[in-house]
Amino acid sequence: MEGGKTKMHIAVTLNGKKYDADVEPRLLLVHFIRENLGLTGTHIGCDTSNCGACTVLVDGKAVKSCTVLAVQTNGKEVLTVEGLAKGGKLHPIQEGFWEKHGLQCGFCTPGMMMAAYALLQKNPSPSEEEIRRGISGNLCRCTGYVKIVESIQYAADKMMMAERKMEVPAK
Amino acid sequence: MKGGDDAKVLAGGQSLIPLLKLRLASPTRLVDINGIPGLEYIRESGGYLRMGALTRMADLEASDLIMKRYPIIHDASVEIADPTVRNLGTVGGNISHGDPANDLPAIMLALEAEFVAEGGSGSRTMKAEGFFVDTFTTALNHNEILTEIRVPMASPRSGGSYLKLEKRIGDFAIAGSAVQLSLNSRGECERLGVGLTAVGPTAIKAKKAEEALKGKKLTDEGAIRRVGELAAEAASPTTDLRGPADYKKEMVKVLTIRSLKRAYQRAQRGGM
Ligand SMILES: Cc1cc2nc3c(=O)[nH]c(=O)nc-3n(C[C@H](O)[C@H](O)[C@H](O)COP(=O)(O)OP(=O)(O)OC[C@H]3O[C@@H](n4cnc5c(N)ncnc54)[C@H](O)[C@@H]3O)c2cc1C
Ligand code: FES
Ligand code: FES
Repeated sequence: MEGGKTKMHIAVTLNGKKYDADVEPRLLLVHFIRENLGLTGTHIGCDTSNCGACTVLVDGKAVKSCTVLAVQTNGKEVLTVEGLAKGGKLHPIQEGFWEKHGLQCGFCTPGMMMAAYALLQKNPSPSEEEIRRGISGNLCRCTGYVKIVESIQYAADKMMMAERKMEVPAK
Repeated sequence: MKGGDDAKVLAGGQSLIPLLKLRLASPTRLVDINGIPGLEYIRESGGYLRMGALTRMADLEASDLIMKRYPIIHDASVEIADPTVRNLGTVGGNISHGDPANDLPAIMLALEAEFVAEGGSGSRTMKAEGFFVDTFTTALNHNEILTEIRVPMASPRSGGSYLKLEKRIGDFAIAGSAVQLSLNSRGECERLGVGLTAVGPTAIKAKKAEEALKGKKLTDEGAIRRVGELAAEAASPTTDLRGPADYKKEMVKVLTIRSLKRAYQRAQRGGM
């Protein structure tokens, strides 16, 4: 990667949509998402890669988008919080945060939800301990985490139920 | 970081990008090595456990081989940073960064690992002992990249353990102690490896502690205590936000004793 002003071409699929862009090699993924694409659901909460407010999925894995360069996602698939709801219907994780009051100020919430999403992909019925470990890269300064854990449990149950229903043959 | 103007290798970026953001490093070029194929693997062959430098720490955590035969590495794999950081952070990066607060270096010292590096003039193998030269400085030359990390294959009567004290989940260690133990057929200590995290300018190999137990039984409480004391003597921590120096030294003693006992239990169970 060349420094200075040379731009690099990237092609990224974000929330299912293809984007082509010429970006500076030093541009962080989070800035690309927020500033170049105008999707401000992904937050920036720290300068030290600690808080997880910027968590997104790259090729299915949760990463801190403030600690990845945009050019590193060339050819990859990115999922942000804006990609969770489908057809105007909240994703079970979003619904869980709504139903269980998993947020107060909401600053950590997009990152929390993306970490939860990645966790539930790997482990559809996590224990409380596994949820707490799974979101340990995400800090919340308001809730004390109890309600966040409940929100994720709600989502896990809901997603399991949806899965089971699909398995029942149509009458 | 050596010299501000040089090119830097970018692996998982979980140490380097934070340094760039804080302008603590400003290399003119980054060389992204993630595109190099064949550097992500965990396998046993030719008498060694071999890990490719680009193996993600999340893959260590998920590996059955590591969990069953190298619990000392598994212990660390669930405590290094947080799951999001571990999705990208690499084994090679954790070692090449030369940060005394990284967890894998002390484990590599305890395990007497070897590192394979490739450079312009071919490949060479280095021992973990001597690799960690100073804070953020390793024996790697500027034109070299670390490609493989090798650990002598676990023998049936061996066991290891890593214990780390942290202020909160996901943080760097206040202190950490890695212990790898091999027993002889009489159940006495044949070989002991002790590596320490975050209590000096580099990860530390506590050599006097390693020697102190040779030929002794692990039921000898006095001898076990002595290993802890010698490990604490080898530590040279500084007072910082994570605690005062004398407290950290005391913790090295406690962690080493506990780690040794756990390594012994695992050795009796055949490593697990
Ligand atoms: C919030 C947070 C908490 C953390 N907590 C911990 C912790 O508790 N314990 C811990 O051990 N670590 C911790 N880390 C650090 C993390 O584990 C890093 O990922 C790891 O230390 C570096 O690996 P990397 O692949 O990301 O390396 P990079 O950041 O890509 O590189 C680090 C350095 O190593 C060099 N390098 C990398 N790979 C190679 C190679 N193959 N050959 C030659 N040079 C190479 C780079 O040039 C750079 O100088 C934490 C990080 C963060 C952001
Ligand atoms: S903004 Fe805090 S971890 Fe990315
Ligand atoms: S709801 Fe405010 S930081 Fe989590």
